Amino acid sequence: MDKAHISQHISSQFNRELQELFSTVMQMGALVQAQIISAVDALVTGNVELAEQVITSDHLINAMEVRIDEECAHIIARRQPTATDLRFIIAMAKSTTDLERMGDEAERIGHMAVRLGPAAEEPSRRFAELGRLGRNVQQQLAEALRAMDTLDTELAAQVVREDLSVDADFEGLTRELITHMMEDPRSIPRALNVIWAARSLERIGDRARNLCEYVIYIVKGKDVRHTSLEDLEREARRTD
Amino acid sequence: MKETQNTVSSMAASLFQDSAREALSLQDEDITLSVEGLDLYYGDTQALKGINMQIPSRRVTAFIGPSGCGKSTLLRCFNRMNDLVDICRIEGRIVLQGDDIYSRATDIAELRRRIGMVFQKPNPFPKSIYENVAYGLRLQGVTNKALLDEVVERSLKSVALWDEVKDRLQSNAFGLSGGQQQRLVIARAIAIEPEVILLDEPTSALDPISTAKIEELIGELKTQYTIMIVTHNMQQAARVSDYTAYMYLGELVEYGDTITLFTNPREKATEDYITGRYG
Repeated sequence: MDKAHISQHISSQFNRELQELFSTVMQMGALVQAQIISAVDALVTGNVELAEQVITSDHLINAMEVRIDEECAHIIARRQPTATDLRFIIAMAKSTTDLERMGDEAERIGHMAVRLGPAAEEPSRRFAELGRLGRNVQQQLAEALRAMDTLDTELAAQVVREDLSVDADFEGLTRELITHMMEDPRSIPRALNVIWAARSLERIGDRARNLCEYVIYIVKGKDVRHTSLEDLEREARRTD
Repeated sequence: MKETQNTVSSMAASLFQDSAREALSLQDEDITLSVEGLDLYYGDTQALKGINMQIPSRRVTAFIGPSGCGKSTLLRCFNRMNDLVDICRIEGRIVLQGDDIYSRATDIAELRRRIGMVFQKPNPFPKSIYENVAYGLRLQGVTNKALLDEVVERSLKSVALWDEVKDRLQSNAFGLSGGQQQRLVIARAIAIEPEVILLDEPTSALDPISTAKIEELIGELKTQYTIMIVTHNMQQAARVSDYTAYMYLGELVEYGDTITLFTNPREKATEDYITGRYG
């Protein structure tokens, strides 16, 4: 199945509704991505103004979630979708929940940046550890959205595999920070903030992984949540 | 980074302009037909009870309800088809663009030209495809070949039948499939440029693909005509209509925006019917 499959109904109005739904979800994804980039940047560079913008923009993402869910309900009521169409709409409604939560994590990082105030210290000292994790998570989300946009199950499986390395990054970072805290108790407040922000990023990675699972559900019709990575990869490659 | 944030706001702003449609409201519509206190009796039996409703222009209005609820009877009131039933008596008014269609002054042939009708079973005449579509114009005395050709082609194109029949316009219409015949009958109805098209279960004798084609056609026709459709298939009402009327035992129980009626109906009776709880 490719993307064109969505717009091959005899009813051109139905095609338009599905395409609009799809592009709205993808636009919501782009918005969430922009929020995450800004939030991490605000934290690392101590840019309070930027952090406040992230916080005030979150309601836009919330409003999109409501709109998309409403549109899904309308399409279900009007079209009684079946098979691929039904899976597609269910996946869109679930994706919007994950995207909205990613937006909340970005907002949380924004609040942390505001609380810590403008950077008094060198950026390299301040949360530099988060830079790498932030970049990896952003990359993971970008690829998850690309997998969804192109309904590419192989790419989706690859992103799920990459989530393992994000999780490993997070664990490595946590161990490192624990060592710092034991060596120098004065570093505890700062280290805790870094851990919380890292935790938010790691959660975003998990939710990007969810998006990829929905891609496989749409295309292959198989629910691969809570299965092993090997099963998921086999399903993503299945060609029947 | 400020640039990113500006993008976030402007992206969001543009999204809200074209996302999910707002519920339609009859108050914002041009009204083509207005039903005022309509009662209809077959002998001693009252089949329609105090119907009041307004039919918006260039929209699709669907009538749903169980058998015998009066939806087809109501549809037939709009072009006075019930006049053909001897024991039928009607009180109240139906106003078409300011004219009461039940007044003595009404020219019934003219009324039926303005309000065309398509039935459940395709009913082409035993003539050629061409003559079926040209029939209404010939009745009006049109003999100009070029004009007839033009109208036949335009009408068949509007129902997406032209490409399928253009090489056999002189063949008998009975040679067409059921779905094609139904589209031909719709072409015949629109050839005389009516204002309103009444569809009485237009797809109940058709297969799913032909049904989908007729439904798609209804969506295109509503840009030019006011359409009313009676259907037993409420999913069809949900798919094709802008407004839906739910009728029960001769009464109009609920009438409004189709999406609202199918997602959050006002009346419990409507909810029970559309969710299959009607007992």
